[in-house]
Amino acid sequence: MKHLLSASDLSYTEALTILDTAAQMARVSDGPIKKLPTLRGRTIVNLFFEDSTRTRISFEAAAKRLSADVINFSAKGSSVSKGESLKDTAQTLQAMGADAVIIRHSASGAPQRLADSEWTSGVVINAGDGTHEHPTQALLDAFTIRKHLKVGVGDLSGLTIAIVGDILHSRVARSNVILLSLLGAQVILVAPPTLLPLGVENWPAQISYDLDAILPHIDAVMMLRVQQERMNDFFFPTAREYSHYFGLNSDRLALLKKSAIIMHPGPMNRGLEITAACADSARSVIVEQVANGVSVRMAVLYLLLAGAPNENVESGEILS
Amino acid sequence: MSIALTAADISRALTRISHEILERNGGCESIVLMGIPTRGAFLSQRLANLIEAIEKTEVSVGTLDITLHRDDLRLRPIRALVPTLAPKGGIEGKDVILVDDVFFSGRTIRAALDALGEMGRPRSVQLAVLVDRGHRQLPIRADYVGKNLPTSRGEVVKVRLSEIDGADEVLLEPEGSK
Repeated sequence: MKHLLSASDLSYTEALTILDTAAQMARVSDGPIKKLPTLRGRTIVNLFFEDSTRTRISFEAAAKRLSADVINFSAKGSSVSKGESLKDTAQTLQAMGADAVIIRHSASGAPQRLADSEWTSGVVINAGDGTHEHPTQALLDAFTIRKHLKVGVGDLSGLTIAIVGDILHSRVARSNVILLSLLGAQVILVAPPTLLPLGVENWPAQISYDLDAILPHIDAVMMLRVQQERMNDFFFPTAREYSHYFGLNSDRLALLKKSAIIMHPGPMNRGLEITAACADSARSVIVEQVANGVSVRMAVLYLLLAGAPNENVESGEILS
Repeated sequence: MSIALTAADISRALTRISHEILERNGGCESIVLMGIPTRGAFLSQRLANLIEAIEKTEVSVGTLDITLHRDDLRLRPIRALVPTLAPKGGIEGKDVILVDDVFFSGRTIRAALDALGEMGRPRSVQLAVLVDRGHRQLPIRADYVGKNLPTSRGEVVKVRLSEIDGADEVLLEPEGSK
């Protein structure tokens, strides 16, 4: 595997390798000196055409803990606002010697375009493209679930995980459905029919319209953000009605199993898809997801960048 | 392929090294054994068991994964990481004894010294190896050696331990026999 563009690029073994590597990286993050020399002299570009707090900072922290040089690029305040194309931007970065490009773009497939092109010779990592995929978020979610419900080892078999809310616009949901089912978990999508994408019946997941009915049977509930910036159609009558049927509140919290955890990829709309009481409850692992994000991204950067360039063909290889 | 050390040889060498460690450090209160995975970790546990049998007190043991500190990462395919297990009580102010199976270029030990620095500041660092096959590329030496095994650069020294290989032996394989 040269790039990480989609959760579907990963085999079962590769996904587990990333999670196991991340567990080792987490020890570094917990240690007194949060720095490793592993990627010294490598240049990593954060190419962000869309706003982001968590993902960009998380990748930056991960790269810096591995001693890579990080160049941050955001479309705002760059030549992109003058109309520069993805191609020209990528070629500029190539000329500056980027070993890896971490790209977030509002267009689905932009990372794929970049990886297939001759514009950059570096590794391409998808940090969220349009409504398509966000593989590192799925990996950190799987890592968090495994840490809490599987004592941090093996896969996710036997677990049932509900993903609730705006599935239609969610790249997080798409990547999670692929990865969590690959790792053996059963995924239930809960959303109003208007917020489910076309063809969702072919996804490896069950579909439910009734949140209360499934809450007692799940091990983790992942609340998705209602993406107001993509709500250019009448997907539900009012925000209040959405909260009433699909928001997580204290009454619903009481329906969950004792061991179940509450997740949210962030940023949260408190009061819309999740109440403050739930987001801040002891069952919530939302802040921990951010910390785990750094470990998982360190693992991905290590596995994609540390080895010999372009010749991962010897025996003993891990990512093929 | 020839057998360089038999199970009995390995056992005797480890027993001797455990006594040497105790002699040099005046007991085992201040020592911490840090094994370098994979086989160094098993050897450090064996040494700890031997020392405990002699001294009748518990010995601090840990493992140290050095992969992320290697200087040859770019020259080889990606390696899997293995756990670093910090010893009880840490390494701060202790006499750390690094334990590895084969001592060759010295680069593994250089990486281990860097990795140790991340865990704390030991009072001293010593090195115990089962086999020293020569061909050092760095100014590093071992304090405790199971066996000095003269080799040519191309030969392969293979340490097999019963914990994972099913038997205890050290094999010397001629060049290109992989």
